[in-house]
Amino acid sequence: MKLLTDLDAIRTLTQSRLDNRRITGASGESITFRSVMVCGGTGCTSSDSNTIIAALEQEISSHGIESQVEVVRTGCFGLCELGPVVIVYPEGIFYSRVEVKDIPALVEQHLLNGKPYDKKIYEKTRHGEEILSFEETDFYKKQVRIALRNCGTIDPEVIDEYIASDGYKALAQVLTTMSREQVIDTVKQSGLRGRGGGGFLTGLKWEFAAKQNKPQKYVICNADEGDPGAFMDRSILEGNPHSVIEAMAIAGYAIGANQGFIYVRAEYPIAVQRFTKALDQAREYGLLGDDIFGTGFTFNIDVRLGAGAFVCGEETALIHSIEGHRGMPTPKPPFPAVEGLWGMPTIINNVETLANIAQIILNGAEWYASIGTEKSKGTKVFALGGKVVNTGLVEVPMGITLREVIFEIGGGIPGGKKFKAVQTGGPSGGCLTEEHLDCTIDFDTLTSLGSMMGSGGMIIMDEDTCMVDVARFYLDFTRDESCGKCTPCRIGTKRLLEMLDKITEGKGTMEDLENLEQLSLQIKNASLCALGQTAPNPVLSTIKYFRDEYMAHITDSKCPAGVCKSLISYEIDAELCRGCSLCARKCPSDAISGKVKEPYVIDKATCIKCGVCFDVCKFKAVAIV
Amino acid sequence: MEHQQTCSSADIAEADERLEKVKHAIEQFKLMKGALIPVLHEVQDIYGFLPEPVLQVVSEELNLPLSEIYGVASFYHFFSLTPKGENVIHVCMGTACYIKGAQAVLDRLSTELKVPVQGTTEDNKFTLEATRCLGACGLAPVMTIGEKVHGRLVPNAVPKILIEYK
Ligand SMILES: Cc1cc2nc3c(=O)[nH]c(=O)nc-3n(C[C@H](O)[C@H](O)[C@H](O)COP(=O)(O)O)c2cc1C
Ligand code: SF4
Ligand code: SF4
Ligand code: FES
Ligand code: FES
Repeated sequence: MKLLTDLDAIRTLTQSRLDNRRITGASGESITFRSVMVCGGTGCTSSDSNTIIAALEQEISSHGIESQVEVVRTGCFGLCELGPVVIVYPEGIFYSRVEVKDIPALVEQHLLNGKPYDKKIYEKTRHGEEILSFEETDFYKKQVRIALRNCGTIDPEVIDEYIASDGYKALAQVLTTMSREQVIDTVKQSGLRGRGGGGFLTGLKWEFAAKQNKPQKYVICNADEGDPGAFMDRSILEGNPHSVIEAMAIAGYAIGANQGFIYVRAEYPIAVQRFTKALDQAREYGLLGDDIFGTGFTFNIDVRLGAGAFVCGEETALIHSIEGHRGMPTPKPPFPAVEGLWGMPTIINNVETLANIAQIILNGAEWYASIGTEKSKGTKVFALGGKVVNTGLVEVPMGITLREVIFEIGGGIPGGKKFKAVQTGGPSGGCLTEEHLDCTIDFDTLTSLGSMMGSGGMIIMDEDTCMVDVARFYLDFTRDESCGKCTPCRIGTKRLLEMLDKITEGKGTMEDLENLEQLSLQIKNASLCALGQTAPNPVLSTIKYFRDEYMAHITDSKCPAGVCKSLISYEIDAELCRGCSLCARKCPSDAISGKVKEPYVIDKATCIKCGVCFDVCKFKAVAIV
Repeated sequence: MEHQQTCSSADIAEADERLEKVKHAIEQFKLMKGALIPVLHEVQDIYGFLPEPVLQVVSEELNLPLSEIYGVASFYHFFSLTPKGENVIHVCMGTACYIKGAQAVLDRLSTELKVPVQGTTEDNKFTLEATRCLGACGLAPVMTIGEKVHGRLVPNAVPKILIEYK
């Protein structure tokens, strides 16, 4: 069992290792030890970062410089777009899209001779002759990393490194110096609101559960992350799993629970594996289990795998799923804080919410409350995706504007295209437009505009996106994911989808448009859980802000963005066609005919509109009309 | 259907050391509250899907009616009651991927493999599935074949990728 002094000893011992992972301003040959950080997040692992680590290690040993270099596999750096990402300290050189074949040169030039390997240096860090540290680039400059604080700086699989970055210090402080009320007060005063979607005050939720007088209580971490296009919870579990464990134990102490569960999607294997490993380490160190720090406090955590149902992220559904049933929601009240898992008081917190807790304890409620806006404190992690240059993960203070996030941090829209809309809040959220770009991001502003914070997916759309199709996409999702328990949601979403299908096929009428709005409001009012209550939001917000696009589909049978298949066709421009025959050879339905060196033609009746010809033509001769 | 013959109760009960694994897993979870879903995860891990005779065993061992087990298994997308091809292709149809053209990639796969979505090719080599967010949205559009993730896809890349698995 670990005592406070043991923790201090580990911290001192490991500290120097972490100190090496800072930008010092030193350069060239004077540097005697380097840290090579390789991203081990899902994005970069997908583009082979594990092979890169192996190649690095091999190359380093073949030069015999093992004692001068460490290679660390970290969590996500955020700029997944540029993965696999490698950062070398103490210079802080940021390499992007590194390939195995770069490794010998990178090792020789940088690690052996102290000269950054030019070929893969991230473009944005170049400033004339000079190479800036990545922290000065637009992507990182405005970010404030609290929940993501250790993602990219520690090896998530080594508990000592977490301890050395002040890990488990908050838990020690809570257990040895604070009363339960003091812990709850601190969290309350910090103003932290739940990051899972609802935005409920975390401290208040804890207080409700603490006040219940029951022999058994539970803490659940919601790591279901069903929101498509969001991966912040996954990244926290992969990059900093101990921060969640520590916070769950703190929550357990605060409400009087000694058992925790984490409900995590089976589709997230790396997150599950890292978290499970972290649990084992914490148990082994006595940071979980009986009599933690000799204070008599006992706390355990078990892992439960989700099985791919979006509605299971809803808290009552999640509870039923852990109990072994279909994940169907039940009406609230009773709230889980009063009657939750197996009828006992239960608090459910989102991963990102929990990842803030230890920092709040260590730095104080005022510190946290000084970041953000009056009613939305602290930072929020967003998963930037869609038509944006820097897709990836960002953590920004609340109160920042959409424009700053999309255009400064996100780098704007690729390919010189025009920004059209941003969808926040996932399937339950709404689309915002150009005119909202200067609005601030916080819980209340987004809701007042007809969107919401949600879990933090932020999908950017450009002129090539059809907003009716986007609404249809979300409805298809919610209809598919409706648990089916209540009629407004089960049948209503199906009807909405049918009407949207009709419109995207050019068969919609003005009456459909009216019915869409009407039915949307009815579903919102009559559904049992927030899935149904929010499912129509994408429809309502797109009708509100992009009515003209709906009109174009209905009255002119046109899809202005050229997306809806029934309303477009492919044609070959005889002037531009060089008669290369490529399209005809690739067309899966043999719809293209012609003679070599003469213009080819598409037979519209046979064409299945797969767009292959459009993709393959090197002369831009295929047009969407 | 063919697979039902190959997976008859008798076959599975006799020839399968896999069943031993299932029994071992059940033993492990039996006393735990809410054991059913973890057990189903194990079964699917071992067999690749949830064969009926094995669910029968689960039903007996956990003392739960088969109807309840089916009720749970069919509710969750992750569980499959039918066997899959050698290589399961999951095309992400999450928002980030959809906006970046995942539909066209899915369509192309469907044309190349000559199977509808959720279908298995005749030679049993591939099962094509659409799924929600694989959590690698930065590389959108994304698909996985088995464990391997393929990102930044364009429809034209499809034939070349498939060749690797043929
Ligand atoms: C349909 C639906 C899906 C949800 N999915 C998630 C999810 O994936 N992750 C999550 O943390 N919260 C999700 N929530 C919100 C949870 O019900 C709950 O509010 C949250 O986990 C509470 O944690 P917090 O207070 O820390 O935000 C979902 C809600 C609904 C209605
Ligand atoms: S609103 Fe939809 S998901 Fe929620 S309980 Fe009703 S049917 Fe189920
Ligand atoms: S690929 Fe383009 S240039 Fe070649 S035949 Fe087709 S349309 Fe003409
Ligand atoms: S996964 Fe590597 S930077 Fe995000
Ligand atoms: S939306 Fe496709 S990986 Fe997330």
